[in-house]
Amino acid sequence: MYGLIDLWKRFSAARALTLLLILMGTCAGMGAFGQDAGATAEAAAAPKIDTGDTAWLLVSTALVMLMTPGLALFYGGMVRAKNVLNMLLKSFIALSVVTVLWVVLGYSLAFAKGSPFIGSFEFVGLNGVGQEPDDFYATTTPHLLFMVFQLMFAIITPALISGAVAERMKFSAYVLFIGIWSLVVYSPLAHMVWGEEGFLLKLGALDFAGGTVVHISSGASALVLAILLGKRKLGSGEDVRPHNLPMTLIGTGLLWFGWFGFNGGSAVASNGLAVSAFVVTHVAAAVAGLVWVLIEWVAYKKPTALGFATGAVAGLVAITPASGFVGPIAAIVIGAGVSFVSFFAIKMKAKLGYDDTLDVFGVHCMGGIWGALATGLFAQKAINSAGADGLFFGGGFELLGKQVVGVLVALALAVVGTLVIGGILKATIGLRAADDEEDAGLDLALHGESAYAGPSYGAEAVVAESGAMFAPMPQPEKA
Amino acid sequence: MMKVEALIRPQKLDEVKAALSEIGIRGLTVTEVRGSGKQKGFTQHYRGAEYTVNLLQKVKVEVVVPDGEAQRVASAIMEAARTGEIGDGKIFILPVAQVIRIRTGEEGESALT
Repeated sequence: MYGLIDLWKRFSAARALTLLLILMGTCAGMGAFGQDAGATAEAAAAPKIDTGDTAWLLVSTALVMLMTPGLALFYGGMVRAKNVLNMLLKSFIALSVVTVLWVVLGYSLAFAKGSPFIGSFEFVGLNGVGQEPDDFYATTTPHLLFMVFQLMFAIITPALISGAVAERMKFSAYVLFIGIWSLVVYSPLAHMVWGEEGFLLKLGALDFAGGTVVHISSGASALVLAILLGKRKLGSGEDVRPHNLPMTLIGTGLLWFGWFGFNGGSAVASNGLAVSAFVVTHVAAAVAGLVWVLIEWVAYKKPTALGFATGAVAGLVAITPASGFVGPIAAIVIGAGVSFVSFFAIKMKAKLGYDDTLDVFGVHCMGGIWGALATGLFAQKAINSAGADGLFFGGGFELLGKQVVGVLVALALAVVGTLVIGGILKATIGLRAADDEEDAGLDLALHGESAYAGPSYGAEAVVAESGAMFAPMPQPEKA
Repeated sequence: MMKVEALIRPQKLDEVKAALSEIGIRGLTVTEVRGSGKQKGFTQHYRGAEYTVNLLQKVKVEVVVPDGEAQRVASAIMEAARTGEIGDGKIFILPVAQVIRIRTGEEGESALT
């Protein structure tokens, strides 16, 4: 109760403070805009809400929200029928867990001014984040809208990790992991890359919509957590084929659709740059899906639906950091390139022996790295004056070098953060479901429900009211 | 009485049903089954991971008839289900000890039809 009163006091104080700041800012003429893509010249006067920008960002926010259910279906179709509800819920629960944390603390750690590495507590409880524009992040839309747009990114990022730990991670450990990860890894990284004083932003490393913040961070964490967790316990020759690929393809469609908001919305304006990002996003996804299918056709003689879905998502991942800086021809190269990168990264999995169940590392981390580096190759100031020229557009190696720094920082933070959080959870509450729970399927064992009615799903396990999860099967009477 | 149990290709079920109906057999039970025999399996690739499927989809048709009719039923199924390739399936003929109609309690051959 004390905490609530305290929070309310701070809230009122900060409201007043914000108003004062806005007045002062208006008087001062509001100079000094950074490299933020949305900071267009016409906004340099007094901050004023632009209805077009606000409308597009509202739509984009809703689009990005839809990606999390899309991800749930994308992943859900790839697991076995006995684990599909657990898989779906691991995405959906991120909507709740991250939303609460983001409003209370996460947004402040990511976007309030503080240090070059992490934000302060200025925006705790969304203090001072209101209907007025922000002078750096959202010059023409309500600051509150920018906050909720960013929230949708913060939600899907930890949810991406769930694919790597599918079919065996304990639900409680997962919920704690993504909650802590969101505050300890995501918020600081978002601050470094997008924060007004973030050191990667100041350095000039470019990440338009989250190649490092979203994909490299989640993909690298996914691999580390999968290794900490260990492989699934599979009998030799156990059939682990995807149980419902049409579900995965519906998810792919929703992800592709939502990604227009993810990348197009990251212009934080309804303008030419948003359209450019929209176009290259679509082109990269289309090319990557096609190229993946072609690679399979050559390697295995048959094009597959799962291959197309994987390629399209990899294409969307790769174009994400580049989407506000590159043109459509570069998008073709980026899309084609990522299919090779991710295809062979996934092939490595079998050789290296880790169980990144749904290839989060191969698609998101490797795809994100390729996209971040490709930004250093193909970025053009002609597309976005707030960006830079890459290696192929007369910028030399300067931008590419900065991109490498961005990639390495994201990798380091994700790996160390995941080792610490995962290690602590493993040593305390444990990360894995019990072996018999894994056998019976997480849906029945952890959630007490089955996705599909019928005798074949978990029928062998009797859920006893006594709390003994797996009572022995009743023996048939001897004839 | 005899039970004629035929394991056939799924795509041959309609022809087998028609052939049985032609010789006056109305009572039959059909089950989707999987099994292996001489027919080779196939491989699938999911993101490059290879799965060999050697339990193949078949359909089991069961018909119970009086002793003398078993051969005729088997011939009808054989003709309808045959393609000449490996994987056409098998027919088993087994003796049946008793038949009871649940609704009336009738027993024996009169419970068959």
